[in-house]
Amino acid sequence: MQRSLHIDPEKCTGCLQCEMACSLENEKVFNIAKSRIKVFTFHEEGRFVPYTCTQCDEAWCMHACPVEAIQLNKLTGAKVVNESVCVGCKVCTIACPFGTVNYNEDSGKVIKCDLCGGDPECAKACPTSAIAYIDANWTGLDRMRSWAARTDTSARA
Amino acid sequence: MQYAIIGAGPAGVIAAETLRKTDPQGSIVLIGGEPEPPYSRMAIPYLLIERIPETGTYLRHSPDHFQKQGIEIRQDRVTAMDTPNRRLTLSSGDGLQYDRLLIATGSRPIKLPVPGIDLPGVHNCWTLEDARHILRLAQPGAKVVLIGAGFIGCIILEALAERGVDLSVVEMGDRMVPRMMNQTAGNLIKRWCEAKGIQVHTATRVKGIESRSGPGFLKRVTGVLGLDAESGSANALGVELDNGHRLQADLVISATGVQPNSEFLKGSSVELEQGILVDNRLRTNIPEIFAAGDVAQGRDFSTGGHQVHAIQPTASDHGRVAALNMAGTDTLFQGSFNMNVLDTLGLISSSFGLWMGVEGGDSVEICSPEKYRYLNLEFQEDVMVGATSLGLTQHVGVLRGLIQGRVKLGQWKDRLKRDPSRLMEAYLAQNAVL
Amino acid sequence: MAWQKKVLRVNLSAGTCTPEPLNMKWAHQYLGQRGLATKYIVEETDPKVDPLSPDNKLIMTTGPLTGTMASTGGRYSIVTKGPLTGAIACSNSGGFFGAELKNAGWDMIIFEGRSPTPVYLYLENEQATLMPAEQIWGQTVWETDAWLHNHHQDPLLRIAAIGVAAEKGVLFCGVVNDLHRAAGRSGVGTVMGSKNLKAVAVRGTRGVGNIRDPQAFMSATQAGKKVLAENAVTGQGLPTYGTQVLMNVINELGAMPTRNWQTVQFEGASAISGEAMHEPRKSDGKPNLVRNGACFGCTIACGRISTIDPSHFTVEGENKPAHYRHASGGLEYEAAWALGSDTGVDDLDALTYANFICNEQGMDPISFGATVAAAMELYELGVLTLEHTGGIELKFGNAKALCDIAELTGRGEGFGMEIGLGSKRLCEKYGHPELSMTVKGQEFPAYDARGIKGMGLTYATSNRGACHLRSYTVASEVLGIPEKTDPLATDGKAELVKAFQDATAVVDSAGICVFTTFAWTLDDIQPQIAAACEGDWNLDKLLEVGERIWNMERQYNLEAGFTAADDTLPPRVLKEAAKVGPAKGNVSDLDKMLPEYYRIRGWTTDGRLTGETRQRLGV
Repeated sequence: MQRSLHIDPEKCTGCLQCEMACSLENEKVFNIAKSRIKVFTFHEEGRFVPYTCTQCDEAWCMHACPVEAIQLNKLTGAKVVNESVCVGCKVCTIACPFGTVNYNEDSGKVIKCDLCGGDPECAKACPTSAIAYIDANWTGLDRMRSWAARTDTSARA
Repeated sequence: MQYAIIGAGPAGVIAAETLRKTDPQGSIVLIGGEPEPPYSRMAIPYLLIERIPETGTYLRHSPDHFQKQGIEIRQDRVTAMDTPNRRLTLSSGDGLQYDRLLIATGSRPIKLPVPGIDLPGVHNCWTLEDARHILRLAQPGAKVVLIGAGFIGCIILEALAERGVDLSVVEMGDRMVPRMMNQTAGNLIKRWCEAKGIQVHTATRVKGIESRSGPGFLKRVTGVLGLDAESGSANALGVELDNGHRLQADLVISATGVQPNSEFLKGSSVELEQGILVDNRLRTNIPEIFAAGDVAQGRDFSTGGHQVHAIQPTASDHGRVAALNMAGTDTLFQGSFNMNVLDTLGLISSSFGLWMGVEGGDSVEICSPEKYRYLNLEFQEDVMVGATSLGLTQHVGVLRGLIQGRVKLGQWKDRLKRDPSRLMEAYLAQNAVL
Repeated sequence: MAWQKKVLRVNLSAGTCTPEPLNMKWAHQYLGQRGLATKYIVEETDPKVDPLSPDNKLIMTTGPLTGTMASTGGRYSIVTKGPLTGAIACSNSGGFFGAELKNAGWDMIIFEGRSPTPVYLYLENEQATLMPAEQIWGQTVWETDAWLHNHHQDPLLRIAAIGVAAEKGVLFCGVVNDLHRAAGRSGVGTVMGSKNLKAVAVRGTRGVGNIRDPQAFMSATQAGKKVLAENAVTGQGLPTYGTQVLMNVINELGAMPTRNWQTVQFEGASAISGEAMHEPRKSDGKPNLVRNGACFGCTIACGRISTIDPSHFTVEGENKPAHYRHASGGLEYEAAWALGSDTGVDDLDALTYANFICNEQGMDPISFGATVAAAMELYELGVLTLEHTGGIELKFGNAKALCDIAELTGRGEGFGMEIGLGSKRLCEKYGHPELSMTVKGQEFPAYDARGIKGMGLTYATSNRGACHLRSYTVASEVLGIPEKTDPLATDGKAELVKAFQDATAVVDSAGICVFTTFAWTLDDIQPQIAAACEGDWNLDKLLEVGERIWNMERQYNLEAGFTAADDTLPPRVLKEAAKVGPAKGNVSDLDKMLPEYYRIRGWTTDGRLTGETRQRLGV
């Protein structure tokens, strides 16, 4: 059974442990500016919403990449950036309608969530289980995907 | 089923692969005109910067990728189409029968109608072959004149600057990237380039290019010296501008836009306007012929009209949807979405949808010229319809999501008008992710 | 390592920003944040300096654990000489600003001089720029925050700013970061205002990467988080009720100072308690508390995010800006006490509103509320009149008066400027110094020294004036952490206070939150520091560092002119026995603890460091 990140904003306190864990795993430093998961603050409502790539089936980023630098990890379902192939053209950053592929000016490449190869650090670091890595069927992913379909340039007739 | 695809760019390659997935039994022939494996023009700037080798531009990296998929690649050109008999004639003399045909021949640079445009030392920046010429000629200290500060012109600026050439840019529009950036953003990009030591002449046209001593003389001299006619010359070219100035150049790069490769269809019954007219299934007026990518004039998401969008994401979407329909999986195309991202000497800009705004719409913008940051959002009622950004690298894709998703902004429109940078929050809030 | 080893020195008079290396010799002696920045102040300024003169310096400082995955590792402090007290001031804050400063590559910023015109510091990694602040001078913290975010087009900019009150010289102003976290006490914001420095806006993308032993650090921080999660206070009490979990507890104990400390129990306590914040209200069926929120890296998340009842008088009407009807930082225990119990106001929404105003205008709600309480007593005595107050009926329990005074003081207008003097100066001015519930000029927090004796000694000896955060013996005397002591006993309290003071100095210097110590002892913290920092940071060394910091601060205050006579409590707490509750009949008994405290501190009987102590600690 493929698993995916399940995010429950109700539980999020906005502590950013997830962002630090992500940057440590991927950039080897505590640097939330380089995190692939971001917690968005809704101050007026008093809400915190962690958000990252949903590894959507449509994989806008993957299809838009001109040099095949984003590929599917069949085991995890993650769409993974191959840094050695990425030329830094940023087309994927505008192609992803969720805004979850970002350009890293320091490396000249793009970065996105790769589910840490199947053991996401953000979920492990979350003190309130606002981020959990669970069976894909259980997540709100379908909702996200149906949303994704609205942004699609194609639809089954 | 026999599938033929003319053109081995992203649209053609993605179509071929999609056909293979959808119809495992069909025969697929992919005809490419250039003597290279399928490659991406998007990657050429990074080749010029020498961040990647030529192989780094290839669309598919595994050498037997197409063979494994059972996709036959032919280097050839189509010389004639016999649509009633579904038969192509190729320049090699071969014929090719098809049941379904995809035309994905892309586009080519517009040739500036001025004298001297064919002189040695004047090149486009479009193909790998062009890139090789530029790599050879753009040596440190060489004087380079870039005609056209559009998308392609801008994206190769960094490569040229890094190569240490003495660079001038001539653009007939009143700002840089006029077809992708509004006044404010286009002028900020110009200022940025000038601050990096590049001469930028906007609202300026090239009247002609001449060889300093005439082509005949040059050829004789270099011939005697045993030099290549191009690389042996110091400032061999003169570029005459309509403001009376004349620029010396060792290399002139012409990047004044592209046009669809559709000439070979003249005389055929395939219906053309700016490009090949296709319906919402990427089908031409001839039922078994489809078109995709830069050559196709398909539905535009924002206006609902038909438009050529010569951009990578449209090519890939077109290729995929066309192939599905060719293989019998009825699929509707929702329309291509105009969007671009550009890196001009490290200044990142993007524009989306109707970035120029719409009649009766309203907008918000924030601009910090000293930081080269700019964000403009265009609205129609409570939906965002277009956007322009400068210096934005985080979550920029959400502009596409907001615009193309036709997200009803509700109270977030006011919030965005107060603080346009809260795009992700608007998106999350209005998609019930909150 | 864990330090960035870089200091930004900003000379506001000259308008220059200059980087310099962190003094690593001092870092090894004082760890970071509170200790290290105080060392800089001690070395670079005259203890007799006028706190509001250009010669005073103000340091924003992080600790070695700031910006790391250590739980609560988001703290920073502001160290300066405090205008409210004339003593060393070190105010600690959470939120996200401190971690951002560290992420930008800096351990601390030292501000010197005074800018000729209002400015703010814009810091983007190594790029530091002083920018004109004309457009935000005269604006609230919240307006300033919005303007800076907008102007720099960066939602991730972290901002610390002062409100109008600090510009006007209200003496108990803090520096508010991230809209509702504050380096609150002793008037550090007033110092910032005196320097014409409106705000510091930071964006850091460099990160904190220099951890000595990353693997050991991760296992030590993970072990620490587990302890916090499994502890009843940090795992359940604080996330659910915030520090407001204490309101009913302390009230029942008879240690709830009420109406300017006239009594020790407040009949309205339950109406303004953490529990009450969960109760759905009649108007919209929603509770005051929206949710709990965390500071950077905090796995406790005690922060309150609240809304005011939309039908409440404070937010009703077209003219009220919408932001008062939105969620924002809610009541912490100290604020609820000072604004509520101490003024006799039991209207939860009025307190929430006054607290919003304190955040919006950058005022310390403890000192503000306590000063209002003193003014109320003066008013009820007839010393202050309607004429003085500009028509505000300043009676105990008057919620409307509290809110009006908060607005006035926030804007530095009218009678608000009298409140802005702080309780000590106000009571002196009106001839009743005995009614000021302060030590060294700073207002008491929310624990009555007659009901919790260790806190009396804590207040009397605190280096920044009356304060609970210098040695929170409540933990031991009330909650039994790390072991239970009798709150009404004086035996052993000197040792207890010293131990808490030294340990807290270490916590404050590491970059983490003192609330961790509801669950953590130094045994839990030491492995985290040791794994992060170069050098041998064993437990003994940490205790010595804590003691060194305490003595350094003490020495500074002595040189600033304080004497043993200032280590005292107001006569009300010394002489007027508690009238009700479990502590009935008790006074603070300071005289039974103080000499013993001096002795174990290695101080003379007049409270001075002995030569031997100075030498042992290198002060």
